[in-house]
Amino acid sequence: MASLNVNGQVRTVDAPPDMPLLWVLRDLLKLTGTKFGCGIAQCGACTVHVDGAPIRSCLMPISALEGRQITTIEAVGTTPAGRKVQQAWLDLEVIQCGYCQSGQIMSAAALLAGNPNPDDADINAAMAGNICRCGTYVRIREAIKSAAKAV
Amino acid sequence: MSIFDKLAAAQADETPADETEADGAPRPTRRALLQVGAVLGGGLAVGFLVPVGKAAGPGTGFAPNAFIRIDPAGKVTLIMPQVEMGQGIYTSISMILAEELDADWAQVSVDHAPPNEALYANSMLGMQATGNSNSIRAFWTPLRKAGAAARALLVQAAASGWSVDPASCRTESGQVIHDASGRRIAYGALTGRAAALKPPTDPPLKTPAAFRLIGKPIKRLDTPAKTDGSAKYGIDALPDGVKFATLAHCPVLGGKVAHVDDSQAKAVPGFRQVVVLDNIVAVVGDHMWAAIQGLRALDITWDEGANANVTSAMVMERLKAASNSRTGYVAKSVGDVGKALASDATQAVYQVPFLAHATMEPLNCTVHITPAGCEIWTGTQVIGRAQKTVADVTGLPLDKVIVHQHLIGGGFGRRLEYDMVTDAVRIAQHVDGPVKVVWTREEDMQHDVYRPSWYDRFSATLKDGKIDGWKHVLTGSSVVARWLPGAAPNGKDFDAYDSAADMPYDIPNKHVEFIPEEPPGVVTGFWRGVGPAHNVFVIESFIDELAHKAGKDPVDFRLSMLGKTPRLQAALKLAADKAGWGSPLPANCGRGVAVQPTFGSWIATVAEVEVDAEGEVKLRRMTCAVDTGIAVNPDTIVAQLQGGLIFGLTAALYGKVDIEGGRVQQSNFHDYRMLRIDQIPPIDVHVIPSGEAPGGIGETGAVAAFAPLANAIFAATGKRLRSLPVDRDILAGRKPA
Amino acid sequence: MKIGRILLIAVAVVAVIALGLFAWIVTGPKPMDFAGGGTVDLAAYKGPSPTGVPADFASADPIARGKYLTQAADCQACHTAKGGVPFAGGLAFNLPFGTIWSPNITPDKDTGIGTWSDAAFLGALHKGVDDEGKPLYPAMPYAAFTYMSDADALAIKAYLFSLKPVHRENKDNTLTFPFNQRWAMSIWARLFDPDKRFAPQPDRSPEWNRGAYLAEAMAHCGDCHTPRSLAQSLDNRRKYAGAVAAGWRAYNTTADRQYGVGAWSDAELAQYLATGHADGRGTAAGPMGEAVDLSLSHLTASDIKALVAYVRSVPAVATPDQPAPVTHPAPASPKLGVADAANPRGKQIFEGACASCHSWTGQGSLTPWATLTGGRAVNDPTATNVAQVVIAGANRHIASGFSFMPAFGRAYSDDEIAAVANYVTARFGAQGSSVTTKQVAALRKAAS
Ligand code: FES
Ligand code: FES
Repeated sequence: MASLNVNGQVRTVDAPPDMPLLWVLRDLLKLTGTKFGCGIAQCGACTVHVDGAPIRSCLMPISALEGRQITTIEAVGTTPAGRKVQQAWLDLEVIQCGYCQSGQIMSAAALLAGNPNPDDADINAAMAGNICRCGTYVRIREAIKSAAKAV
Repeated sequence: MSIFDKLAAAQADETPADETEADGAPRPTRRALLQVGAVLGGGLAVGFLVPVGKAAGPGTGFAPNAFIRIDPAGKVTLIMPQVEMGQGIYTSISMILAEELDADWAQVSVDHAPPNEALYANSMLGMQATGNSNSIRAFWTPLRKAGAAARALLVQAAASGWSVDPASCRTESGQVIHDASGRRIAYGALTGRAAALKPPTDPPLKTPAAFRLIGKPIKRLDTPAKTDGSAKYGIDALPDGVKFATLAHCPVLGGKVAHVDDSQAKAVPGFRQVVVLDNIVAVVGDHMWAAIQGLRALDITWDEGANANVTSAMVMERLKAASNSRTGYVAKSVGDVGKALASDATQAVYQVPFLAHATMEPLNCTVHITPAGCEIWTGTQVIGRAQKTVADVTGLPLDKVIVHQHLIGGGFGRRLEYDMVTDAVRIAQHVDGPVKVVWTREEDMQHDVYRPSWYDRFSATLKDGKIDGWKHVLTGSSVVARWLPGAAPNGKDFDAYDSAADMPYDIPNKHVEFIPEEPPGVVTGFWRGVGPAHNVFVIESFIDELAHKAGKDPVDFRLSMLGKTPRLQAALKLAADKAGWGSPLPANCGRGVAVQPTFGSWIATVAEVEVDAEGEVKLRRMTCAVDTGIAVNPDTIVAQLQGGLIFGLTAALYGKVDIEGGRVQQSNFHDYRMLRIDQIPPIDVHVIPSGEAPGGIGETGAVAAFAPLANAIFAATGKRLRSLPVDRDILAGRKPA
Repeated sequence: MKIGRILLIAVAVVAVIALGLFAWIVTGPKPMDFAGGGTVDLAAYKGPSPTGVPADFASADPIARGKYLTQAADCQACHTAKGGVPFAGGLAFNLPFGTIWSPNITPDKDTGIGTWSDAAFLGALHKGVDDEGKPLYPAMPYAAFTYMSDADALAIKAYLFSLKPVHRENKDNTLTFPFNQRWAMSIWARLFDPDKRFAPQPDRSPEWNRGAYLAEAMAHCGDCHTPRSLAQSLDNRRKYAGAVAAGWRAYNTTADRQYGVGAWSDAELAQYLATGHADGRGTAAGPMGEAVDLSLSHLTASDIKALVAYVRSVPAVATPDQPAPVTHPAPASPKLGVADAANPRGKQIFEGACASCHSWTGQGSLTPWATLTGGRAVNDPTATNVAQVVIAGANRHIASGFSFMPAFGRAYSDDEIAAVANYVTARFGAQGSSVTTKQVAALRKAAS
């Protein structure tokens, strides 16, 4: 039994300590917005926030998460940065198949929360770990910039 | 009784529909073949069902045909015959229907169509399938007619109610209006009466000038749910009590299971059971981690079978041998081919490797077999075939097989196959209760259905600075022959030579020949861009070689031979102009151009690159001009080309599946590389206004990427790349071209 | 006449120098000589025997004891082909002058050692000759195993003979002249293999003696960590000062506080040996990772403790070419630390493929095992192991869990790997490396 703070709620799950957060979220807590893409921290589809920092949940053992605040795509809209990013994603029609976008949005929200107006280098550094097979990168960059402008 | 009601009745089954799924959604019944999305902020979240009876039972609504339902409250539900995998088709199809229907866009929501070939077959594919970038081309007219017919009935219903001449009424955003009397009535209020009327066979269609939606950049319906995690893909299905499984095929393609020792796996927390089939070993657990760890803990002995010595190099050798020793299907022959073989002919050989799809959403299928029937949850490009394979494996009749269609996290042709459904059902037959089978990325990549490897031989001659003779012999596997048995007799595979037999240049003497040669053990399939993705690369690269041989500018050289295709000529002029063709560039930089007559769209693309001393290629800029006829949703067209170009550039720069010892060597994104955001140049897409019938778009960008890149690299380095992916050792001079 | 004289003198001088060098090498100290004190025969030793299995295994059956010793001697690492059946041989040793393949040591009668007598087995471990008396190449560390007691050697044989025989023909070595002259190896053996069993030092603690036995007769640490002479013998004047073996760097593990492990706590050293990781000290990959997984992680706590006691006693040797590790994290901001312009390609690869696990500070964001800060690898100005782990990745499995890094070698070019290695050493290490594309290509070969 492990207890985790997910999206502001304490959730208790029957999971081994080495179990990656990704599967706890998707399979035990039924929070399927966080996606499985590679399982080796190369694609970013599984990105969530742990104490505000973007983390690849596919390799994050829950044993390291006791007492830390986990935020997923389902709740990122309650944060100012998250809401702005989601809106910019809609305004600029970023999304295609959408499968990578939970991760893209989580990475972008974490970037903006820490850096209100990122330049291209900041965007590269924060977003290069997130693969989009549909190739929405051009619009992701534009959307982050427009979210940064949004008040 | 409308077609729709017939459909509902045909599938009628009195099972109550009151159980609910884990996520609170109503639970499907066999009667509930139609999936209904939950409207979220004007968008939709698909993946759960509302029974047909509830959604549009007799009397409760208006369902003039298979595509349109209007309920008394005025809510318009459009049934999508084509599946959404990112190409924006749900929105474009809805726009076409809503346009002719004059529906109130704010009232529109969409549902996936159930498997039903009679109602939803794609006329260009002859089955209920989404592929070959032809959704709009196939459904443009039928959908307009469906919308117009429904509109006509609503007008008729209103007119008879007011006892006025229907011709004196007009419609606008969900209302019938009689200007003379100033009366107006909402569609919802007319559903009862309209349902009783007989649809006209040939309703008048709008003139493009009258379009209110088509041609406007309309916001996609599927995106809101994709920003907040609520969108449901196949991999997100969680029927009550579902267990989780992952599987392993023999690492050697086509191998079988010899022996499995599961003594270690039993100790894995959450482990439930091992399922051993002739060619698959699967582990079922309480969650995916238990399944993954359980599979890792198994000691599996494989019977590697006949392919243990297959290598990709060997496959290429076989293609070469076939190309030089066999004759194939002559797809095009005009004039005197001898002209192409004159002593002064320019000759070249091009080669391309196997490619994986690597859809972002790994393969998956959730299955629940009960004594009464079987339900599956998955995202598929071939829902009818998916349903059929379930029936074949389980022995159930088709009407006992429910397919819950889902959004697709990347198709690219991979989900035009149904092997993942077959495998999952075979596993589920040994599991009690619902089971979700998810492929690991490694399994997905090493047991893909690969884009064929190709070997192309060219010979061509020039006269007065133009191409006089052209011979192109392409050798590779025939995907259509496998995918649609009988459709490609002795090499008559329209996809294999698509954009090669019908290349746009006018060349007096031309011979195009396809020699089918299947690689041992490697199953090949459709890959975004299909035949043209390969053909346009080799042809436009060789055209570039000829332009230089002729001492002509690559753009002028092409323009001089495009007289018969003015739309392509115009696209080329525009792209060259917007790309600043001919303007000076820094050292080690170059521009390359290519054109394509593909999927009914006319596209010209210019790439600009920089190549350094180590042979590393930096993308500087991509410029694309597209004439796709009437642009239903222009912003989607721009998005598809931006994304498609990146998809193609990724393959051109990195894409390669190596086979050694019968085993695919690449396994995940660290060795099957993807372009990342920090490598992406500005991409300008210029959509040319046109009144012609709409063309296809979804795959065009992927096709458009390869040749301009290779030609730009030649311009920058003088090195001609005749094989892919880009070999940095060649560009760095560490290896001969 | 005059010229003849000068020539003669010249020849004489050269001969003297050569002889001197030769003498210098062959008269080099033996592995335990640094400890000074006199030795006694094992039989005469009063303390608890430093040989055999630890107390925990005393009552275990012979096979279990043999297995423990086989693991302690790490026979499996060399006698198993990449992805092959354990002990069935076939691992390639790529040397500048050709390739040596490790032989099959399963009890298969045709292709393994199924027909070997006890004497033959002892001959291989102690004297470096096979069952037909033919000399073995010193890739087989018999100059270390020679210290192994007969009882322990035969316990290992008993374990190997308890395994399933695997029929796998040995590959012939492909060495160029003169290295293909096997007979010459007997001279090497005569010069550098003392052919003596372990002799305890009474004035050292029993723990030290056990550690010495494990390190020298079993784990043969020196074969990687001690530099080699021209004659490829271990240069024990610089014992454990570090060396490059199989394309990977084995670090200085002498008592030097700056360049060795002198500053490590006993607990850190023990944790590193037992798990291949110690917080703030780095994580083992490559050959050391393998040594931990297959061998050291199976040793009992008491044996690890003994090893620590022994390693600690090895005199400090300064190796300034391997600067002391930087212990503070790099800046959290990608913009700080290494200037973007300095190595844009390295930075680009890092931000795409590496930062997700290693983070911009070098502190592993998912597991401390991924922490780069303080590790020897990122502080090595030749970036040897950084490049190697990027190429080959890591896939470590020990009882307490596994650690994984993808192998980027297939899809990333030598130039890209050089760039990212140089970026990583500059960002997280004491002094940035300047590895070249050519060097990366060479490293690939050396390790393959
Ligand atoms: S699934 Fe975690 S990074 Fe790809
Ligand atoms: S939108 Fe499809 S993978 Fe990014």
